[in-house]
Amino acid sequence: MLGRTANGLYWMFRYIERAENTARLIDAGLRMSLTRSDSSDDDWDGVLQSAGVREDYDKVHPSLSGLDAVDYLLRDKANPSSVMSCVEAARNNARMVRTALTRETWEAVNECWIELKQVLARKARSTDLPEIIDTIKRRAGLIRGAFHGTMLRDDIYNFARIGTFIERADNTARILDVKYYVLLPAISQVGSSLDNMQWESILRSVSAHRSYGWVYDGEYRPANIADFLILNPRMPRSLAFSYDKIVSNLGFLAQQYGETHAAHETASATLTLLQNRSMDDIMDQGLHEFIEEFIVQNNRLGQEISDGYRFYQ
Amino acid sequence: MMNAGSSPRQPYQDYHEWYASQDRTRLIAKSRDAENIFRKTGITFAVYGHADSSEKLIPFDIIPRIISGREWRKLAQGIEQRVIALNAFLDDIYHKQEIIRAGRIPRELIEKNETFLPQMIGFKPPGGVYTHIVGTDIVRTGEDQFYVLEDNARTPSGVSYMLENRETMMQMFPELFQQNKVRPVQNYPNLLRQSLASLAPPGCTGKPRVAVLTPGIYNSAFYEHAFLADQMGVELVEGSDLRVIDGKVKMRTTRGYEAIDVLYRRVDDDFLDPLTFRPDSALGVPGIMDVYRAGNITIANAPGTGISDDKAIYSYMPEIVEFYTGRKPILENVPTWRCSEPDSLKYVLEHLEELVVKEVHGSGGYGMLVGPTATKRERALFADKLKSKPGSYIAQPTLSLSTVPILVNKGVAPRHVDLRPYVLVSDKVQIIPGGLTRVALKAGSLVVNSSQGGGTKDTWVLED
Repeated sequence: MLGRTANGLYWMFRYIERAENTARLIDAGLRMSLTRSDSSDDDWDGVLQSAGVREDYDKVHPSLSGLDAVDYLLRDKANPSSVMSCVEAARNNARMVRTALTRETWEAVNECWIELKQVLARKARSTDLPEIIDTIKRRAGLIRGAFHGTMLRDDIYNFARIGTFIERADNTARILDVKYYVLLPAISQVGSSLDNMQWESILRSVSAHRSYGWVYDGEYRPANIADFLILNPRMPRSLAFSYDKIVSNLGFLAQQYGETHAAHETASATLTLLQNRSMDDIMDQGLHEFIEEFIVQNNRLGQEISDGYRFYQ
Repeated sequence: MMNAGSSPRQPYQDYHEWYASQDRTRLIAKSRDAENIFRKTGITFAVYGHADSSEKLIPFDIIPRIISGREWRKLAQGIEQRVIALNAFLDDIYHKQEIIRAGRIPRELIEKNETFLPQMIGFKPPGGVYTHIVGTDIVRTGEDQFYVLEDNARTPSGVSYMLENRETMMQMFPELFQQNKVRPVQNYPNLLRQSLASLAPPGCTGKPRVAVLTPGIYNSAFYEHAFLADQMGVELVEGSDLRVIDGKVKMRTTRGYEAIDVLYRRVDDDFLDPLTFRPDSALGVPGIMDVYRAGNITIANAPGTGISDDKAIYSYMPEIVEFYTGRKPILENVPTWRCSEPDSLKYVLEHLEELVVKEVHGSGGYGMLVGPTATKRERALFADKLKSKPGSYIAQPTLSLSTVPILVNKGVAPRHVDLRPYVLVSDKVQIIPGGLTRVALKAGSLVVNSSQGGGTKDTWVLED
């Protein structure tokens, strides 16, 4: 496979993952502003931060408002992480690597782009937002379904999967990074309705508010929430789960290519860490420091994969 | 579709019966379905010079163009004869030049032609094949009467539409394919791959590795390049993916550099190798011509084939066919006036309102004058261009092209069409039964190019 194709696949799936995650962040933000009587536009500050675009937002908008934030996250071309920018980039990459994709996968991406281009052509009215968010999630789901149902499990599949999980780990870590203080042990004593709301919002932004209830008997405890998002190997958006997938996909590549790279070692070391640490350990070390370190390491892994497999544009 | 009376022509009989039983509003709804299928599949093309409309659909008409098996056989024989002659002609002008010495073609017409590549003199491409893929443009003017418009021996495009049009028709009207015995076209990608692989260069020792070279995703035909690579199961590469290493053309893969043996290039000669041709080309591979001449890669179609489908050479095709095959051409050429000849120029200037005037090196329907539909002023302006550069133009009469029906809101209406069958050349000549039918969607128009508002149809060749 061309290094350019591997690079295109990797980024195509990072962008699809990012589009879906951004939609989820908006969803959580909307939920907050709907359910809280004292809601303010400041809630969107955290959402923009989680999406990693807080500073860039200020360059375009003089003040923070819910509708502007949503517009910036959904469809602003100046925001490379907006849903529309991501879908556009994913589709461009898909066109470029068309020969590596099944017809079903390509069509799912192309139809996603066609529909969203139409849906996001104008600034959304707040009454339309739930449906728009739904459309984005459904389209991302259709791409995932077509991809899983039809793609051969070869290196093409592995590069796509690695892109998905590097992005997902990054997104989950970012959400934690922005809200880490809500999860510190000191606050766990408080348990005001405001905190409950914050905790639910974190879970909602990774689509985990229901599954959390199944695993931890429904009671919001910060340490459990952090455990769920960082260490739980069965929670599909946790760091541990993402790294398990990255390691196994890198393993298949090593088998197929008969060689390993620095990336293999980095990914395995991180997975081992996530498997062997306890939440108490992490809290003792400092949750904030742990997450910051993780994000840096995750970026480095992305670079090592790109070097090891000779990615280029 | 119809005879002079009101009965359908023989190949259309079954279809006509089916059509008569259909509800028109349903058919019009099906037309929209077809458009959606094309849109979601991403079968689009780019129109140069339109920034906003960077991706467009080619309009598709759901009424097939139907050719009887008998008419097709004659057509196929004629095409085969012509393609064999083209290859013999190319081999000759890059070697002994017997046709020039025999006085059948003026020397300067060859050697001063921009499409003639001196770099190819004395070089024999693998298998002696120059034109691996040909798309002969043909028009029908009456029963068993065909004219060749152009030979398209460089990089004929449109074959993906032939395949997708059939795919779409089979999806929408499966019953039609049970009632009519339509010869299949779907094995084209397989045949193409086999045909290319069979012409691997002498330097290829293992299983030949084939790749398609595209100028990139902004090229108007990118969809087709990706489609063909995908259907053949080969790599789609750009110039920047390739490099000459150790005398081979290699691509940058996830495991390092790997050699390519056969390159189906969809990049023009000029851009193929900046060390040999245009030095500013970023689309090609520096040094690929050296690898080619050393017998370590096959380039399809061979560089320098453009000379054979040059519009000035076209007018000599009857002589060329006869010279190399020893027989009269089965298919006719459209009578052509070469404006470089003073007598012809005089005639053309006097008869502009009856003629179609084309640029010798032009394509895509750009820069031509359709005399009968042009305004007086357009004709006058064109006459000035003609007088200042007569050698750049040829002129042809407007033929009374046959029409086929298309679906319009009120039912069916006749429109002019042409036909581009696709031909693969290896140790044999294979002609895919069917091809791309292009249709002028404007009533009365003779211009079928997609860049000028033309559409396409599925083309059926019946078994009979």
